[in-house]
Amino acid sequence: MRTDITKINEQTGHEHLTEGLMIFAGGSSKLFKTGEWRTSTPVFYEEKCRQCLLCTPVCPDSSIPVKDGKRADFDYDHCKGCGICAKVCPFGAIEMKEGVE
Amino acid sequence: MAIKERMSGNEAVSYAIRQINPDVMPAFPITPSTEIPQMVSTYIANGEIETEFIPVESEHSSMSAAIGAEAAGARSLTATSSAGLALMWEELLLAASNRLPIVLALVNRTLSGPININCDHSDSMGARDTGWIQIYAENNQEAYDNFIQAYPIAEHTSVHLPVMICQDGFITSHAVENIELMEDSLVKKFVGIYNPEEFLLNPDKPISVGPYSISNYAMEAKKNQEIALENSKAVILEVAKKFKKISGREYGLFEEYRTKDADYIMLIMGSAAGTAKQAVDEMRARGKKVGVLKLRVFRPFPAEEIANALKGCKVVAIMDRCESYNGNGGPLGSEVTSALFCNKIMIDTVNYIYGLAGRDFTVDETKTVFGELEDMVVNGRVPEQYKYIGLRK
Amino acid sequence: MSDYTLKTIMNQPERLAPGHRMCAGCGATIAVRAVLRALHKGDRAVIGNATGCLEVSSFMYPYTSWEDSYIHNAFENAGATLSGVETAYKALKKRKRLPEDETFKFITFGGDGGTYDIGFQSLSGAMERGHDITYVCYDNGAYMNTGIQRSSATPMYADTTTTPVGKASNGKMQNRKDLASIIADHYVPYVAQTTFTTDFKDLHMKAEKSIYTKGPAFLNIMTPCPRGWRYETSEIMKICKLAVETCYWPLFEVDHGRWILSYEPKKKLPIEDFLKEQGRFKHLFKKGNENLIVQFQEEVDRRWEDLLYKCSRKIKG
Repeated sequence: MRTDITKINEQTGHEHLTEGLMIFAGGSSKLFKTGEWRTSTPVFYEEKCRQCLLCTPVCPDSSIPVKDGKRADFDYDHCKGCGICAKVCPFGAIEMKEGVE
Repeated sequence: MAIKERMSGNEAVSYAIRQINPDVMPAFPITPSTEIPQMVSTYIANGEIETEFIPVESEHSSMSAAIGAEAAGARSLTATSSAGLALMWEELLLAASNRLPIVLALVNRTLSGPININCDHSDSMGARDTGWIQIYAENNQEAYDNFIQAYPIAEHTSVHLPVMICQDGFITSHAVENIELMEDSLVKKFVGIYNPEEFLLNPDKPISVGPYSISNYAMEAKKNQEIALENSKAVILEVAKKFKKISGREYGLFEEYRTKDADYIMLIMGSAAGTAKQAVDEMRARGKKVGVLKLRVFRPFPAEEIANALKGCKVVAIMDRCESYNGNGGPLGSEVTSALFCNKIMIDTVNYIYGLAGRDFTVDETKTVFGELEDMVVNGRVPEQYKYIGLRK
Repeated sequence: MSDYTLKTIMNQPERLAPGHRMCAGCGATIAVRAVLRALHKGDRAVIGNATGCLEVSSFMYPYTSWEDSYIHNAFENAGATLSGVETAYKALKKRKRLPEDETFKFITFGGDGGTYDIGFQSLSGAMERGHDITYVCYDNGAYMNTGIQRSSATPMYADTTTTPVGKASNGKMQNRKDLASIIADHYVPYVAQTTFTTDFKDLHMKAEKSIYTKGPAFLNIMTPCPRGWRYETSEIMKICKLAVETCYWPLFEVDHGRWILSYEPKKKLPIEDFLKEQGRFKHLFKKGNENLIVQFQEEVDRRWEDLLYKCSRKIKG
């Protein structure tokens, strides 16, 4: 009964929706791209980054991936451009730029 | 081997719960259903069952907790009456829309106001459009038998809907009658082990329950729920058939009592059907062609089946133990006349309101009703569509 | 309890997926991520959620942001719903219908509307019954989902859509309810109040204690709402810092009845510093309203002193 949400859209007939509108899977919202909401965009300067990771917990959109204790570039598919990360960076490694990059 | 016993309706339902040994029971006391959680608590205290009892702080929480438990993969139930059912109203809808096979032992009692602890059907009738299957009992034997059939109906893969097992407050719940119980092992085998395919506590298989749905999905979801309710009709009959094999007792969507050649039929639910049958027997002895259609399954509403069962008679008395405050009668009155009309059975009906808030309904009153029906046909009196019986003038 | 470094803790797998529809800069999902990071590796969880912004945005069919099992039931019953889930866990374990080595934890999230107000009874019942659950209130001080109406968590004088500031009104006329204290008075094993600090240690340690203390736990997290409080989305950490430094939002825990102050500012800042950052308090800075700020300050001081008193009591444990 596991759900493949790529087979469910606003044209799907009722017989193909899941029972009780349950989703038999985790984390399916990754397929919804909230990056389109951005009106300004964080730019990551890797050379300035000291990997203190202060920017990673403040992201409301889980859009600063961390691997092996290091942050990678932004997940622009989902980043909404709120700018919290740029404010907390002590090293100027994140800069907010107008518009969607 | 059947066990002959004497017990009340509440005892009978509690006995069935003990035999089924469900996983989780949240409940909050309310007259006249209070004995059920008390008895289950006693079974637990004595180590007779493994059920986890949650002494919640309200009926809203009892249905909320039942929903949580059932979604988590536990066979769950609760019991309530009257205002308790009204308080859990919102949650009744969610139990059904989340497609959770919860069972509720309802002991029918009137809704306030005025506050009154006695029987009528206003509580379950108020919840008639919440998406629950509703099955009514005439006596403690039926309350017991219906309860045992509840989980196999609710948990059937083509249904997955909650079931309300209704019995009349005090009249059935507290009156001690003879009853035939089944052996524990037989009941356990009949009900089986709950084994849902998807549930919250399934390791490595997370699920999300209770989404926000935009309009593009919500209407389709509601239709799917309606299809499940339609499916339940066949399942109710299938389960009844299997139940007959182990118990010898027969159940359908309704019972037709001496209706075959009847000119006048009384359509009634719950304990008053017993009274009506007594009157029918006495009138039949005097040559009157009268009968009773006792409705067992109110949801899903067997409209076509009822229309067919009534088509041979001249007038039907539709008996509502509940006022609808629509100015035209009770809920059964609306649904039965609609069933007749839609199936093109153009017979006369009178919708009687009786027994509100514990008002007695007697054999003599039944005879009066049949007398009035006959008077319409024989003397050509124009039938009243809607009237009270047993009301002081 | 684990040693805390941001490096190790941020290596935890992300349990709240992106793609949810919360506003840019929302505090609630920052709180959710932080709480879920406190789950130990290998432990599973069932997440509950009262109706509110978080619920309608994180599970909009067919998109769920939850990597763990998740149940939303209604607005006022997150406590009761999770009670049922936790009891089902006990029942299934007892009957050996779950593998013995599987551990599930139970965490539910509710906004201040679903927690302080409409869900208060359900929460109180769940706490009193002793279920092994963690109830997390993300307190943004108003009914944000329906459009910024006042709640019993809204501070005095806040401008909300049901306490609008006007010629004859200075905003909400009542003080906020102190829910953490009320739940502490249930004498449950663990209650804590926190918000976002630079390294998130305070929140993390309290979340971990909440989840891994046996029995009911209540965690009250101030989660600013840029829309409702009217500040630039990027400023959330500054707002949180000022809330703590002015003692508007003290950090404390009540561990088995013992009140412990988590942080005491070296120099308590005046409440204006917190208020002036937010549009909802703009009217307080108009000429002639100086006394309102004085009153606000008095209330903050009274509560702070009361907290210091509770924390200074010697209780064995």
